[in-house]
Amino acid sequence: MSKDTTASGPAATTTDEFIKGLWRENPVFVQVLGMCPVLAVSNTAENALAMGLATAFVLLMSNILVSLLRDFIPKQVRIASYILIIATFVTVTDYAIQAISVELYKSLGAFISLIVVNCLILSRAEAFASKNTVGKSILDALGMGIGFTFALFCLGAVREILGNGTLFDWALFPEGFQNWIVMILPAGGFFTLAAWLLIINVIQTRKIKS
Amino acid sequence: MNTESLGTIFLNAALVNNFVLAYFLGICPFLGVSGAVKTASKMGVAVMFVMVISSMCAFGIHAFLAAINAPYLQLISYIVVIASTVQLVEMFIKKMSPSLFRSLGIFLPLITTNCAILGVALFQTNKGYGFLESIVYALGAGAGFTLALLLIAGLREQLNFADVPQISKGTALTLFIAGILSLCFMGFAGLGAQ
Amino acid sequence: MSTKAHTPKQEAASSTKMLRAMLGIGILSAFLIVSAFELTRPRVERLQAEALEKAVFNVLPGTESIRAFGLNAQGELVDKATGENTEYTCYAGYDQNENLVGYAVEAAGQGYADIIRILYGYDPKEQVVIGFQVLESKETPGLGDKIEKDQRFLDNFKALDVGLTPGGELKNKVITVKQGEKQNPWEIDGITGATISSRAIGNIIGASTSAVVPMLHGQSPPKVETEPKKNQ
Repeated sequence: MSKDTTASGPAATTTDEFIKGLWRENPVFVQVLGMCPVLAVSNTAENALAMGLATAFVLLMSNILVSLLRDFIPKQVRIASYILIIATFVTVTDYAIQAISVELYKSLGAFISLIVVNCLILSRAEAFASKNTVGKSILDALGMGIGFTFALFCLGAVREILGNGTLFDWALFPEGFQNWIVMILPAGGFFTLAAWLLIINVIQTRKIKS
Repeated sequence: MNTESLGTIFLNAALVNNFVLAYFLGICPFLGVSGAVKTASKMGVAVMFVMVISSMCAFGIHAFLAAINAPYLQLISYIVVIASTVQLVEMFIKKMSPSLFRSLGIFLPLITTNCAILGVALFQTNKGYGFLESIVYALGAGAGFTLALLLIAGLREQLNFADVPQISKGTALTLFIAGILSLCFMGFAGLGAQ
Repeated sequence: MSTKAHTPKQEAASSTKMLRAMLGIGILSAFLIVSAFELTRPRVERLQAEALEKAVFNVLPGTESIRAFGLNAQGELVDKATGENTEYTCYAGYDQNENLVGYAVEAAGQGYADIIRILYGYDPKEQVVIGFQVLESKETPGLGDKIEKDQRFLDNFKALDVGLTPGGELKNKVITVKQGEKQNPWEIDGITGATISSRAIGNIIGASTSAVVPMLHGQSPPKVETEPKKNQ
């Protein structure tokens, strides 16, 4: 799958476990993990934020549980156990969202259940939570979760602003603005993500050069 | 209340609402395997097979859970069934064709986390398809997935010889291509409608 | 990962461990899921009921209270509470004087992108459709979703003719025509640029009214559940 991202370096500080998820090892922009279930519902800022937070919540809870049980789960059944744990929290999140808002649930629909196959959560459980303390796992989950939500928000915001002329349903442009409908369509999702990755690439290359 | 014909269901799943290009499902293996046409086609067939089997099981599970009034176990049971099916397919391929097994490598077990397969199971349940309709839906989804995979693989193979800016090589470029393909597939909309 | 030589004793121990782990996690999962389900159920049901109520009030203007019904194979109205299996679902709406305003009928069909679910209001006295609302649709934003937002399109459904012949069948099937070409009260003026979506709505309503209106028209209006103090 992706590069192994266990605790970086011998003297990794506690705060580093949190910060790495935000930018340096950002799940979407750097690791390019776990976008499948979320790209389809990132066509508005609100949906993207909701999906990001839902995923972050599942990541947090599963990291905690996996870390708590890490000595209890034998090697051979670890993947099956992780998936079972993740599926449990996804189901819980599904009901939570239904209880929060019918409208939101209708927009996100079956994609909430798809969080269970989000490669990111499984990868963090396998690469980090199963090998670290609960405290560190919490920080890792929080960092990755916030980084993930942030990246999703970048996607959703751009798509909504260009494709609908609004942000969180607040009109941003005067009447005459022609919406770039393509942005709300799936194709727009691909283009927006590609554009962001391109920009990140440019930034990284500049950093290396200087 | 469902008025869709089987043909419409198939075309819809394969072209109009292509799982990769319209729903973004199955992207992880998509970005990884789509470098060569040969690997892509084998992956596609494996996925299609797992999809059909999972679809049948999902139908059975859903009916069972409805009967015992435990709808909340749906997600967990689906994912367990999919994981088991992939395990079986893996063993089958290992026995039948070791070379294929080696060339697919890590991607075979990764089919378990292939969003597209779980997506098929969840969507067909939401749409309330019957048994035959579910199978056709899974076939269509698998065919569409394979088609998208083949198209991108072919394009990427060709692009290896093209003069592309260094900065965009890799994932960004694949995503741009996927976006354009997605736009092309939109032309299929309305196919199969009355 | 370390490589230990496995003695038979270690093998047996690890089997128990595996079983113990899976079982333990299984029980924990079941507990968490069922708790979440039970805790959220009351609120979820309330939210869904509220959303439905809002929709029915929208398509049957003047409604104050609702009763849910199904139409069974014989074409009879059956109270949903009996749990009988019914093919169609409709809601009877009553105004503040407990007179029947009309029936709100659910219908669905294939749109441009995916299935569209709608609710329309039928007035059996005047024999017209008096309201329309899209319940669920995945039509293209900015194009197909005009069926939900375009006021001119929505106005089609304020008095859509679904009159019956003396024989009890629909005189004219509801159908969508090209924008600006509406000539008859049973036609729906379409939306240019959202042809397939607007035509889909016409097909959905056409199919549903052909089947349901003859059944509903003949029914004597079911009463609102009366309180004990009322005399029969």
